[in-house]
Amino acid sequence: MNKINTFNEFKEIQNRYNTLLEMRKINEELEKTSEGNRCSRYLSICGGTGCKSAQSDEILENLQKEIAANGLTDEVTAAITGCFGFCEKGPIVKVSPDNVFYVNVKPSDAAEIVKEHLLKGNVIERLLFEEPSSKIKVKKQEDMPFYKKQVRIALRNCGLINPEDIKEYIAEDGYIALGKVITEMSQDDIIKLMIDSGLRGRGGGGFPTGKKWAFAKMYDADQKYIICNADEGDPGAFMDRSILEGDPHSVLEAMAIAGYSIGASIGCIYIRAEYPLAISRLRIAIGQARECGLLGKNIFGTDFSFDIEIKYGAGAFVCGEETALIQSIEGERGEPTNKPPFPAQSGLWNKPTCVNNVETLANIPAIINKGAAWYSSIGTATSKGTKVFALAGKINNVGLVEVPMGTTLREIIFDIGGGIKNGRGFKAVQTGGPSGGCITAEFLDTPIDYESLSAIGSMMGSGGMIVMDEDNCMIDIAKFYLEFTVEESCGKCSPCRIGNKRLLEMLDKISKGNGTKEDLHKLKSLGNTIKDTSLCGLGQTAPNPVLSTIKYFLNEYEAHIYDKTCPAGVCKNLLRYNITDKCIGCTKCARQCPVNCISGKVKTLHVIDQDKCIKCGACQTACPVNAIIKK
Amino acid sequence: MCSNCSSENFIVLENFINDLPSKEGALIEVLHKAQGLFGYLPQEVQAFVAEKLNIPVSKVYGVVTFYSYFTIKPRGEYVINVCMGTACFVRGSGDVLDEFQKKLKVKNGETTDNGRFTLGSLRCVGACGLAPVVTVNDKVYGHVTVDQVDKILADYAE
Repeated sequence: MNKINTFNEFKEIQNRYNTLLEMRKINEELEKTSEGNRCSRYLSICGGTGCKSAQSDEILENLQKEIAANGLTDEVTAAITGCFGFCEKGPIVKVSPDNVFYVNVKPSDAAEIVKEHLLKGNVIERLLFEEPSSKIKVKKQEDMPFYKKQVRIALRNCGLINPEDIKEYIAEDGYIALGKVITEMSQDDIIKLMIDSGLRGRGGGGFPTGKKWAFAKMYDADQKYIICNADEGDPGAFMDRSILEGDPHSVLEAMAIAGYSIGASIGCIYIRAEYPLAISRLRIAIGQARECGLLGKNIFGTDFSFDIEIKYGAGAFVCGEETALIQSIEGERGEPTNKPPFPAQSGLWNKPTCVNNVETLANIPAIINKGAAWYSSIGTATSKGTKVFALAGKINNVGLVEVPMGTTLREIIFDIGGGIKNGRGFKAVQTGGPSGGCITAEFLDTPIDYESLSAIGSMMGSGGMIVMDEDNCMIDIAKFYLEFTVEESCGKCSPCRIGNKRLLEMLDKISKGNGTKEDLHKLKSLGNTIKDTSLCGLGQTAPNPVLSTIKYFLNEYEAHIYDKTCPAGVCKNLLRYNITDKCIGCTKCARQCPVNCISGKVKTLHVIDQDKCIKCGACQTACPVNAIIKK
Repeated sequence: MCSNCSSENFIVLENFINDLPSKEGALIEVLHKAQGLFGYLPQEVQAFVAEKLNIPVSKVYGVVTFYSYFTIKPRGEYVINVCMGTACFVRGSGDVLDEFQKKLKVKNGETTDNGRFTLGSLRCVGACGLAPVVTVNDKVYGHVTVDQVDKILADYAE
């Protein structure tokens, strides 16, 4: 594409691209005529990290080969798109205009898709999603329970456009918001619009985005910076990565808008080095935007210049904290600094800096195009718009979901998520990652927003949502999170460095059956002290998983401490293997036992010596009649 | 001693540093490049980077050891990483890691004596739909159970 010199010229070009995605939009007429016919078609293949890990590249390659071999090259296009979100059922191939959504596709299915569907117009039943309860096959994406309650704003283009083609982003009103902002609006106009929309930071803090911009605008400086925080370190959260992989231009456009609003000409994306695909898509997008003059000097022929560079993180969770992130960009150890001064006043290279999260940014072009009133009409009184959650753990439909604020946990977990895996019982859901807390069944009907989650001892965080069933031990989970924060603590302040380590040691003691009543008390008082005295967000929230599990699962702690048992059967030291009277006396277990602690004669009931047993489980695996149980 | 420290790699690294628009704040970028070239960051490489960027070696060492992405020990031919992100953890990746430790007779973070495998863990590759996930170099294995550990290792047997 050539460089675009004015906004009017851009609008003309955009008009030409308008029809580019027509076939992919829901169109019942086209849908009907495609039935049983050979016709023009478009195949979208998920090119997100999850589906790529399950060979979606090969699927695309095979489809293209088959399309060419069957002489369909002129009528059928197959290309990658961003994450559809339904990762559980990946890889996903969507056929338009038929509006058919194939799930769990394998590279070997390509031939059948081409011969049956593309040549004859027959839908391949076995590749359709099957509704687990009714066993009914569902053809259309919008008819699936997984998608029904979703409202996709930040993810609007994921699964629709090809993220490596700027034309497709432009066809979906891309860069129109930027044009409108820099040719028609003042800095104050746009900041007011952002404040009116009610958008709050999606990285975890929940600070109103418009206000953040207003602060950064307030300070005069020869240089200011916009930073996009793409250091998604929360284990089990992948919404930012999916947005960058599926719709990188929306983030670039929003950064330029933010730059205009605060008076910055340089943007910087700080991204995890562990996200190679997102990095490569960003590089392509930045290259294309520069070529068209949508980044660079004098955008749309105005005085406004803005360019973006990429900086890599190097694996440190604390760098998601904005002051630590700035240290890291400057090439230092990622240790947080005291606030004030806030980055808005003195941030990167001591200049006014505004740090926004990926998901926050992805909302902005849509808000400008559709208006603050539209956005603020979605959500709850204090939290507007939608939130993307990465739904994972013991749930049927693992994936990325975007729902209006105020949706209940029950709707997300049971309606969208399809309930708990293998028909087990729901135990808890953990939100907010290592900084969040566990929420129990009694709060499933809480409409979620920033305030309601804090009120029940958890937090919104970046949007990780891990579902746990009755087989998960809450002490084990608390230990898991604490191991994470202890490992990731930067070590600068002592409450976090030393305190969390002590919390972890006490949890470890409890999980081994050596805990005492005093430990429970100490966990609580030390946890609260760490929260009150740590320097940054990491330390201030690190005890949350411990405190929230004590609050809601006190009986489990007590079982470990007083009864020396682990009700979920997870903590190895508290397990006991026992041989039931199902035993046929085959001696297999005794021969497998590495410490020779099983005794018994042939054809008689065997016994395990509990003092010698190391709980390796070898006997249980060896038993041919399932006579050995662990409790 | 550093096995990959050919003078050629040092020349490439020096050129990379010389071509930087600004040396200020470039340390992490340079270390990424260096680790890409050498595979890890031994003392010689850290000293070289310090000299070229005109900063103390102690600062380089401080940054290298702060970030988990950088390593000062050489890695095996095949790097096995078990995802210990929350989604994988609640679906049993801890047991999978234990099994690898048992089978390879190394602890998390160590390399086998023959230099063939390095065992590690990482936090979320983002393929939570495939949990638990194991990666061997660039290949991703999904829905891994303890029973499959032998089979995965067999794919890389000598």
